[in-house]
Amino acid sequence: MMRHFLEVFRGAEVVCIPSSSCVAMIRDHYPKMAAASGDAGLKRAVKNMLPRIFEFTELLVDKLGVTEVGAFFPHAVALHPSCHSLRSLQLGDKPARLLAGVRGLTLVDLPEAEECCGFGGTFAVKNADVSAAMLSDKIRCVLNSGAEICAAVDNSCLMHIGGALSRQRSGVRVLHLAEILASRDSGGMAS
Amino acid sequence: MSTYVGDAANAPKFQTAAKTLVNDTQVRHNVRHATGVIRRKRAKVVGEMADWEQLRESGHEIKQHVMRHLDFYLDQFEKSCTAAGGTVHWARDADEANSIIVGLVKAQQAKEVIKVKTMTSDEIRLNAALEAAGITPFETDLADLIVQLGEDKPSHIVVPALHRNRMEIRRIFLDKMNLPELSDKPEDLAAAARVYLREKFLRVPVAISGANFAIAETGSVCVVESEGNGRMCVSLPRVLISLVGIEKIIPTFQDLEVYLQTLPRSATGERMNPYNSIWTGITPEDGPQVFHVVLLDNGRTKVLADREARETLDCIRCGACLNACPVYRQTGGHAYGSVYGGPIGAILTPQLQSMEHSQTLPYASSLCGACYEVCPVKINIPEILVHLRNKVVERGDAPFLEKMAMKAAAYVLESPEHLKRARKLGRIAQSPFAKNGVISHLPGGLDAWTAVRDLPAIPEQSFREWWLKREREAG
Repeated sequence: MMRHFLEVFRGAEVVCIPSSSCVAMIRDHYPKMAAASGDAGLKRAVKNMLPRIFEFTELLVDKLGVTEVGAFFPHAVALHPSCHSLRSLQLGDKPARLLAGVRGLTLVDLPEAEECCGFGGTFAVKNADVSAAMLSDKIRCVLNSGAEICAAVDNSCLMHIGGALSRQRSGVRVLHLAEILASRDSGGMAS
Repeated sequence: MSTYVGDAANAPKFQTAAKTLVNDTQVRHNVRHATGVIRRKRAKVVGEMADWEQLRESGHEIKQHVMRHLDFYLDQFEKSCTAAGGTVHWARDADEANSIIVGLVKAQQAKEVIKVKTMTSDEIRLNAALEAAGITPFETDLADLIVQLGEDKPSHIVVPALHRNRMEIRRIFLDKMNLPELSDKPEDLAAAARVYLREKFLRVPVAISGANFAIAETGSVCVVESEGNGRMCVSLPRVLISLVGIEKIIPTFQDLEVYLQTLPRSATGERMNPYNSIWTGITPEDGPQVFHVVLLDNGRTKVLADREARETLDCIRCGACLNACPVYRQTGGHAYGSVYGGPIGAILTPQLQSMEHSQTLPYASSLCGACYEVCPVKINIPEILVHLRNKVVERGDAPFLEKMAMKAAAYVLESPEHLKRARKLGRIAQSPFAKNGVISHLPGGLDAWTAVRDLPAIPEQSFREWWLKREREAG
């Protein structure tokens, strides 16, 4: 799959990835996997690819220098700093800065924001009970924050958090940061 | 002869034990509360150190250096400890260490021993070995005492009884110390323990300690603690036996400078441990007059041989990774089935034992990385967890359904055509389950997800389809 990825995106100037855990896979694991293969061509291909890989907010804030995209989104939003965006990519305040540039948006404090939501890929199924307990803590924090929307830069966390918010008929939805930035002055939700 | 880690080889699967523990509201509350308190204290005292990152790096570098030259430093330690009047014993595994220690206690004609700060003794099941030989061990660390009297198991590396609150501790003390009455005030509980322990300190002639560090240059052994009970153990009895894992070696006295800053701050949120005991062999007419060190391998050299996982041995047992871990905080330490719980236990236990045991532990993590972030010696625990998962898979030990699921996923994600077909099939397959764009119940093993969460249904239009349509319309 790594070889396939490198082949497909070989000609791309910039690869923008709206998921920090995918970026972490490429940045943290591709070099090791390539080194373990002993294939010099593969190692070179990974080395060439890495500088062109951008997480969505890295592309906007670092590469393009943009924090205001002219979005309008008149809602209270809590930001879940996903584990990979926080500890692997160290995105820092990039997602929050982009949200701060959205007209009408109120960014609310999310208690215990840096705690994992309990997704963890196969972990959610393999250790379903612990995952559900972690998720219930996250949901409690999201609901206590008073947010209408829980946003993140990882769809996997959003699927997890959103799955519980939906099951509980909480009235709170999840949106990827990109969906909020795509909202325009119609005032409606992104589609 | 055999290598084992407590009763971990017979422990239930992590998820089985965790299922019971996440439903134990009292344990969950106690663990959450205690880890929360230590986390806040740690964050405060770590935050005030401008050179924290350098200290972490130094702690890591010193340990890496020791691991590369462990043979040299162990040899040096034996020479300097012997020169200072100590006797050094080498134990290949748990059984050998137990028989050495039991032999040493018997040679003193002692029927009782006092113990302090030695998780390693739980690793080798020393108490059971002593009892089998007619020797009664008394734990003297307050938390270890609570665990021992409660016929319980430790649930944390640094605070072994953190799963107990003071009401529960009161009941244990009342039952086991034959007291007429006792309140649950911390000072009354501490006073009861003090009376109980003082008598043992003054009577029992042999002590068994662990070690936080063993210094190769001087042959010294170092134990840090908060209560002073350790100080009594290593100074009052006539005979002292220290059980030391071979990874506890540091080269010089100077190296303590790094760890005596990072360990207390990481472990208990203290700037310095209240008691730092460091002793070198025998001092005539002062302290123990017979001193033995038992150097324990018990699987450690096997860990050392694995280049990608050997930094597991760098651990200084501060427990910061446990307090930071969102999995540990839901279950407490008992779920890990080992004396070593939490993230470090999840990598240490399966490595010390043979790989067929504890195979569920490398999966007891969402790989969130909080453990690595707080580790004072920078052990990349998430990476080692993944490495161990690879080993489980390479051995062919992954569950059948998981293997099938991974094969199916690999096939689907291999080409856009496969994905497109899978999406079409999925839309048909989900039709009995999907309602208003969500799936609330899935059959078979997949209900592990839908028990508490909905799953978004595969939408009518994929991103790729939307994108192509958009391009077409834009012309």
